[in-house]
Amino acid sequence: MATMTYRQALRDTLRDEMLRDENVFVMGEEIGVFEGSYKITEGLLKEFGPKRVRDTPIAEEGFVGAAIGAAMLGLRPVVEIMTINFSLLALDQIVNHAAKIYGMFGGQCSVPMVIRTPGGGGQQLGATHSQNVELFYSFIPGLKVLAPSTPAEASSMLRAAIRDDDPVLFLENLALYNTRGEVPDDLEPAEIGRAAVTRPGTDVTIIAYSRMAHVAAEAADKLATDGISAEIVDLRSLRPLDRETVVESVRRTGCAVVAEDDWLTYGIGAEIAATIQEGAFDHLDAPVRRVAMAEVPLPYSKPLELAALPSAESLVTAVRDTVRATGR
Amino acid sequence: MGDTKTRTPARRAKTRAAQPEPETLVAYYRQMLLIRRFEERAARAYTEAKIGGYCHLNLGEEATVTGLMAALQPRDYLFTNYREHGYALARGIDARRVMAELYGRSTGVSKGWGGSMHMFDLESRLLGGYGIVGGQLPLATGAALAVNYKGGDEVVMCQMGDGTTNIGAFHESLNMAALWDLPIVFVVINNGLGMGTTVEASSAEPELYRRASAYRMESARVDGTDVVAVRDAAQAAVERARRESKPFLLETTSPRLRGHSVVDPARYRTAEEKEALKEADPLAHFGLTLEEAGILDAEARTKLDAEVKAEVDDAAAFADDSPHPDVSTLFDYTYATPVRGVPRRLPADPVF
Repeated sequence: MATMTYRQALRDTLRDEMLRDENVFVMGEEIGVFEGSYKITEGLLKEFGPKRVRDTPIAEEGFVGAAIGAAMLGLRPVVEIMTINFSLLALDQIVNHAAKIYGMFGGQCSVPMVIRTPGGGGQQLGATHSQNVELFYSFIPGLKVLAPSTPAEASSMLRAAIRDDDPVLFLENLALYNTRGEVPDDLEPAEIGRAAVTRPGTDVTIIAYSRMAHVAAEAADKLATDGISAEIVDLRSLRPLDRETVVESVRRTGCAVVAEDDWLTYGIGAEIAATIQEGAFDHLDAPVRRVAMAEVPLPYSKPLELAALPSAESLVTAVRDTVRATGR
Repeated sequence: MGDTKTRTPARRAKTRAAQPEPETLVAYYRQMLLIRRFEERAARAYTEAKIGGYCHLNLGEEATVTGLMAALQPRDYLFTNYREHGYALARGIDARRVMAELYGRSTGVSKGWGGSMHMFDLESRLLGGYGIVGGQLPLATGAALAVNYKGGDEVVMCQMGDGTTNIGAFHESLNMAALWDLPIVFVVINNGLGMGTTVEASSAEPELYRRASAYRMESARVDGTDVVAVRDAAQAAVERARRESKPFLLETTSPRLRGHSVVDPARYRTAEEKEALKEADPLAHFGLTLEEAGILDAEARTKLDAEVKAEVDDAAAFADDSPHPDVSTLFDYTYATPVRGVPRRLPADPVF
């Protein structure tokens, strides 16, 4: 067992997997000589050389598509897209090709690849660099979308993603790279498609993923001092979605609040709310609430940015309102 | 259109390549004839509503398709756009399986999941017809990257239409292929029209092969109605890619004899243009050439035609008799690694 950052967990796992399987290689912008915009690939070029750590031109559609083509011939590319905002330039390759090739050709060819990319606002990066568009990929059958929130999960889920035979969008978060946690030695690959109850509680269920899982934990601590016992479900996998774990929790607590980093209208929380009304309708004592980013292009100004982003305080407010609405 | 402007190494190769044996020329003629009759049969089946969706034909491109495929080794990989029936046939896939795919049957090359635009066959290394313009270019580039990664000596050929040279993926792919010295031959099938828009109306550099110069990539243009010229130009590019691991851009020029797809009456063409197309028919032209050379007379051609028509009719009958995919297989191909929670719901099924 070692304590390390989320960044270190990703880097060590990439290295382990490259040592384990020579078909695993990494490619992306600035990942080699520059060692990654967020230093996830630090030291890898030196250790593995340019064949397995490939710097690419600034051409997201081109290099993501090239990774798909390489995967079709049996390699296991792990592509880094500098931030999820830039993945929009590769949307055609991800949605029309990576996600379709297995089905469209009748199961003759799989696409075993991973696209690692961080989302996340709160860094004063302005409107085009602060979005959380994981929803776009979570919408698409044929893709798997993972969103780990801790260093241990980052490691076990990246391991699982690399060994999986399908295209996986692996969602990281800028605010999580420096967070620390324990990572067990000899960690097994995670089971893809399973949510986790990361904090048991009895009064309300908070459903979150990625950065919002941390915001939810902070909110739950504050709520505990008020005598509200919040259970947290960390989704971990956005596609496939573990609806059973969500619904099972809400059936016990009788009310739920979704904490999401994306925009509310049509967002991840809308899908969770629909799931809860269908799976736990008779158990609900209050309407399902969603705490999400204000629906604006995220401003650069710090006070405006802070006002727009969901926080522990905003989550506490929504949970208190929800528990009060149950009339218990 | 139709002019031949080849640059190195295609020109060098042309003088080097031996004149094909008569049997080879007859085999090319038969291949071209098969593509012609197959596509005509497909057009008929489409009007009979046996074939759904879009249906793009290789009519007028028979010499190009045959010449290009003759330049590949069985171990080489091929990526194409959505106009790929002829390529599938020329790659050696049974006409029955190609037609069955058009009919959407489980015996089709893609088991009825792909249709006209999405044929795939691992054995013949046809790694897909692709329906999104330009989508196949990054994939093919990545396949060439994988060949080098594994230390193989296969070559990747990536076919596209003239309109594709204006999309970003074209430039990103050519740049990477040149930057990384990949064994890939990009082939632009220039039939003068992207749907109804002329090359001149869409491309600031209408001599499309010249686009390669931006990437210091060698390129050539060849008359796509001349099967031997196409084969020689393609072979030179393919073997150079194999030998030196260098990409190449080959442009072929040929007429599109009919509309963009089966449902397009091509009203944007004048009567004179339509008349000129008959003159440009590569199959008729090649037939006369072979007759003049004393290789294949009219009688022999008629015999071949009957043979090929029987093959195509048999393919259509096979397709018609084949079963549709069973609805129980609907969820079989969403994921290669099935995991927990993958939805298997039909539209009216409840979530819980």
